[in-house]
Amino acid sequence: MSSALVFFSHVSTVPSKAQRELLTLASRFENPTVAIASVPGEEALKVFGSYGIATVLQAENPQASFGTHELSVLDAALQHTDADLVLLENDSFSRELGARIAVRRNAAIVTDVIDVSADLIATKDELAGGYSASVKSATGVLIATVKPNSIEDAPLDCQDSVEVKNLELAAPLVPAVSIVAADQKEASDRPALSEARIVVAGGRGVDGDFSAVEDLADALGAAIGASRAATDAGWISHDAQIGQTGVTVSPQLYISAGISGAIQQKAGMQTSKFIVAVNKDMDAPVFEIADLGIVGDLAKVLPQAAAEIRRRQA
Amino acid sequence: MSDANNTPLTLVVLVKHVPDVQFDRHISQDSLRLDRSESVLSELDEYAVEAALAIVEDNGGFAAGHQVIAATVGPSSSANSVRKALQMGASSGLHLNDDAIAGSDTVATSKALAALVSHVPNVDLVLTGMASTDAETSVIAAQLAERLGFAQLTHAQSVEFDAAQREVTIHREHGDQRLTLKAALPAVLSVTDQANNPRYPNFKGIMAAKKKSIEEVDLAAVGLSAAEVGTEGSTTSVLAADKRPSREAGTIITDSGEAGIALVDFLAEQKLI
Ligand SMILES: Cc1cc2nc3c(=O)[nH]c(=O)nc-3n(C[C@H](O)[C@H](O)[C@H](O)COP(=O)(O)OP(=O)(O)OC[C@H]3O[C@@H](n4cnc5c(N)ncnc54)[C@H](O)[C@@H]3O)c2cc1C
Ligand SMILES: Nc1ncnc2c1ncn2[C@@H]1O[C@H](COP(=O)(O)O)[C@@H](O)[C@H]1O
Repeated sequence: MSSALVFFSHVSTVPSKAQRELLTLASRFENPTVAIASVPGEEALKVFGSYGIATVLQAENPQASFGTHELSVLDAALQHTDADLVLLENDSFSRELGARIAVRRNAAIVTDVIDVSADLIATKDELAGGYSASVKSATGVLIATVKPNSIEDAPLDCQDSVEVKNLELAAPLVPAVSIVAADQKEASDRPALSEARIVVAGGRGVDGDFSAVEDLADALGAAIGASRAATDAGWISHDAQIGQTGVTVSPQLYISAGISGAIQQKAGMQTSKFIVAVNKDMDAPVFEIADLGIVGDLAKVLPQAAAEIRRRQA
Repeated sequence: MSDANNTPLTLVVLVKHVPDVQFDRHISQDSLRLDRSESVLSELDEYAVEAALAIVEDNGGFAAGHQVIAATVGPSSSANSVRKALQMGASSGLHLNDDAIAGSDTVATSKALAALVSHVPNVDLVLTGMASTDAETSVIAAQLAERLGFAQLTHAQSVEFDAAQREVTIHREHGDQRLTLKAALPAVLSVTDQANNPRYPNFKGIMAAKKKSIEEVDLAAVGLSAAEVGTEGSTTSVLAADKRPSREAGTIITDSGEAGIALVDFLAEQKLI
């Protein structure tokens, strides 16, 4: 049986939903181990224990050169554990760490993974979710970056104590990239876009005013997304952009409002379980993939829906 | 200050020839490979070409002796994408074309690309798109930095190039932070679609491109053997690729004043609320 290593650059007080999905997947393999490029708190360790993680490898981040520390930790952890399955988050930073290690160790790197079987066959999305492919490592080690909302979060019924080890790191071999400035983005109370269960997204059709989208998102406890037309116009932060060059989402429910449904937008949302589209143009391409299409004005439909949800929940 | 300012720059832009995203794309069930007819220059690589041209223009133009080499690894048809980059303004092309490369995964492709870049003397900067629109792995730039021992600056939303200091500064997002990062040349730089607005080839550019050369090389010329690339040189093996049933249009209703309620009924039916 294979042994699994989960790598996180950082863990907040408790692991995020996407991180718990990785822990769930790892718990199906032997010796599930977590490596973190920072020092996790007590609460996070307790959560790791509940997924049967026996060992946590850690190393405090000196924040010296961008990405260097994380690369060293992943490399050292892999050496330390001899894992043949390495699980990473699917964001661009994590992918690149995995990709470099794949080169360094002649391992397989597979991105956009939605599952890994007991015999280390990864299932992944291809062509923006148009295809599903099965891929395995030809050299032994499989490095998989796993899409959020792919694995059902399932902690084991155990409360094992977790052994924490400090990793010894070799001097980094890569040229330095200095961090000249780091600005913290405004925190939001809404769920993180990439792992949200429900996403409400607005496009050019909101005409500069996201309040109807926000109102419905609040009623549903949803994250807010946008088309590139809306982010390019500066109506909402670029972080909210969904699509080929933005965030890819796979929520249970995607509500698209005032978005035409260009191919680049579809690329980031067409693997959603349910799609509801509100658009005043009955020929908008988004209706071709919507489970429920509403031809209408979003400024009327969204507030009415939000009010109705609140009424039913009262 | 030294005369580094006057040293001509050698910029290599990696351009990939990919199936047009506007058409239906298919993976062949025999070869498990993507059907590559109807291919074009990967849209996201245009931002890399534009970034390279802007660097040259900000530093004395091509008259100063700078080079922007559009390089690709791919079959014969890939030369069309190199040609498009030449039409935009790149100064010359470089094309690694060898049958043995077919079937390469990212680890093997980055090996071929690294060998191709190394074939060019004194490269200062390698530029790539943020992702190829076919493989969408977004890993090649990092793998090249690893192989070439260059600094890695990826997912740039804006780029500042300092020829005198021989440094590149970028802005990028990273989780809940916006970062400003800086590295010394040589570096690998990937740019996002936020970085610039790629120019269209104009008539002058199209005519000028006819006189520009594309050097075609094979594996031997860049010092690689067939076993190092292709399926043999790859670390992944694809077992199957199944088309997902395409999404179908569901119910479409026209709002006559109650569609918001119908929307909530739908959510309740599907147990989404
Ligand atoms: C390299 C590249 C990468 C790209 N990446 C992305 C990406 O990641 N994500 C992305 O989204 N796009 C991306 N795009 C852009 C994409 O091609 C489209 O231009 C964009 O998605 C259009 O946004 P939109 O649907 O909001 O605007 P439009 O296409 O203008 O559509 C607006 C829609 O709103 C409807 N509408 C207007 N008013 C109302 C109203 N009151 N009520 C209801 N409906 C209304 C209209 O009928 C129309 O269908 C990319 C493009 C390129 C070239
Ligand atoms: N075969 C190739 N030839 C030239 N450039 C490539 C090739 N494959 C990838 N690239 C470059 O690497 C970038 C990222 O590709 P990818 O990692 O496949 O998403 C692309 O935008 C291209 O600039």
